[in-house]
Amino acid sequence: MKEETILQINHVDRVYEDGDTRVQALSDVNLKVRRGEFISLIGSSGCGKTTTLRLIAGLDQPQSGEIFLDGEEIRGTDPRRGYVFQQGALFNWLTVEDNIAAGLKARHVYRKNRHRIQEYIDMTGLSGFEKAYPHQISGGMAQRVAIARALVNDPEILLLDEPMGALDSFTRANLQDQLLELQKKKNTTMILVTHDVDEAIYLSDRIVIMTPRPGKIAQIIDVEIPRPRQRGGTEFLMLRRKLLEKFNLASADPQPEYNI
Amino acid sequence: MKIRRYPVAVILTISGYFLATLLNVILPQYADIKTKTYRLWILMVNRNDFYRGVVILLAIGLLIKGLISRNDPKRRSKYIKDAPLQFALGIGLFLWDFLGTKTQIFVQPFFPGPAQILESFLQEGGFIFNNTLYSLRLYLFGFLLGAAFGIGTGILIGWFPKVYYWVHPVLHITGIIPAVAWMPFALTLIPTAFWAAVFLIVICVWFPVASVTAQGIAGTPKVLLEAARTLGGNTAYQLFHVAIPNALPQIFSGLSTANAFAFTTLVMAEMMGQPGGLGYYINLAKVWSSYYKVFAAILIMAVLFSLITELLNQIQNRVLRWQKGLLKTEE
Ligand SMILES: Nc1ncnc2c1ncn2[C@@H]1O[C@H](COP(=O)(O)OP(=O)(O)OP(=O)(O)O)[C@@H](O)[C@H]1O
Ligand SMILES: [Mg+2]
Repeated sequence: MKEETILQINHVDRVYEDGDTRVQALSDVNLKVRRGEFISLIGSSGCGKTTTLRLIAGLDQPQSGEIFLDGEEIRGTDPRRGYVFQQGALFNWLTVEDNIAAGLKARHVYRKNRHRIQEYIDMTGLSGFEKAYPHQISGGMAQRVAIARALVNDPEILLLDEPMGALDSFTRANLQDQLLELQKKKNTTMILVTHDVDEAIYLSDRIVIMTPRPGKIAQIIDVEIPRPRQRGGTEFLMLRRKLLEKFNLASADPQPEYNI
Repeated sequence: MKIRRYPVAVILTISGYFLATLLNVILPQYADIKTKTYRLWILMVNRNDFYRGVVILLAIGLLIKGLISRNDPKRRSKYIKDAPLQFALGIGLFLWDFLGTKTQIFVQPFFPGPAQILESFLQEGGFIFNNTLYSLRLYLFGFLLGAAFGIGTGILIGWFPKVYYWVHPVLHITGIIPAVAWMPFALTLIPTAFWAAVFLIVICVWFPVASVTAQGIAGTPKVLLEAARTLGGNTAYQLFHVAIPNALPQIFSGLSTANAFAFTTLVMAEMMGQPGGLGYYINLAKVWSSYYKVFAAILIMAVLFSLITELLNQIQNRVLRWQKGLLKTEE
């Protein structure tokens, strides 16, 4: 694996102020991500996972510290940084294929790249649903549309905010494999927010554990299990136990939802 | 024995109208009114001939509709459902003819029978046609201009907070005033009566369209705009490809409301000083106590306005087809 750093987060703080209330959403966050790496962010609700992704996407600005992509400081959004929203955020008035084409049309490069639409429809297993509208497809398919829509712009880095949160475990496992396959094909760097420890272990090269109040990175764990990984493998289960232990130590109070 | 419901429904649908025609032929004219003969193209007809002709044409139309709908299950069941109602309408037509024209038990001249109403078209069909055209032209100019202005200002108000701050109060104040209140003002300021009426319709359409459009644009979910930004969409893309399509259902509901307002304003404006139009025709007829002509004008309005409303609905269904199956109403 190349050791080239694609993303660098230096001493980032983000405070939300609303009248008298003051929430330190992020405090002194530091992270280096290598090109082609798969990173998971896990942590309890409100520890700043979404805030971190939004800062990287350029949807939000830090109060202090800086974030670099390819050595260039991030200012505002850029199609090189794709984002898959927690709620999917599809355009309800567009068909599946037009949703996926939205990025190409927005950047006025649709003519030259229209063949890519079908490529991503096939890759995400959406063939046959090109002409369907978002409300006519399942939740899992909608998330795949959201992923394809972000990927069609060929981003250097893909930010995924709990894209599989609302899915059943079977669909979820399916989508995880598709995500890995997509990543292998394009060598896209991916940062995934998840609440699911198994998902984090199965997918990631490194797992970033965050803690709340103030939101910060508590620990970064390397996942050295060779791929393809077995969900029930010995190494997998060992890491899972280790992670759950660390995680319970790291968070103030044990979170039963992680002890699946 | 299996009853074949569909043929029965078709027969039931048209039999009411045939009965009405038949009774019109059989029953004598009890009340004493003169029957005049008019020249209709190459035919010489009186009001009863004309009335029968119209009713028979209606029945034939329904028969053809029945034959066309034969193989479409949805239309077929609707046709079967409507059959008793159509039959009742035919019988109602007969009763109306009997009480209004034949015996004149209804108070005259206020409640004429159907044949007398249709006689207006024999007497001055061309004049009525011209007035209908006048109304239609007034409506088209007023509604289309008002809708364009309404959507335009609505988008500006909804998108730019500065415009909201300065224009929204104006919209609010002018919006609660019925458009016809501006009539004297419009008539003095605008040189032709036609454009004065257009102005009133524009105002009455502008308000509801602008205010719901503004609401729709301002209510665009932030996450959709952010999604557009991360995909590389600039401000124009966010407005034209996200906020506006997202607001279209609301824009169309504004247009439906405005459509109803426009009809009201149109007729009122015409009754208050226009050189033509159905409202003007009603005024004219009223002066001579020709109530059957008033009814004729009302009949045309009913047909014209429902056709326009239907057209608007069709456009809406076409544009908002992505909503199909999403709403409770269409199942
Ligand atoms: N726009 C905002 N205004 C005020 N406070 C905010 C805003 N966005 C986030 N916060 C606060 O910042 C903290 C971190 O929020 P964030 O959304 O990043 O959490 P999260 O880790 O993504 O949580 P979850 O797992 O529930 O999605 C929370 O305490 C939240 O209340
Ligand atoms: Mg979140």
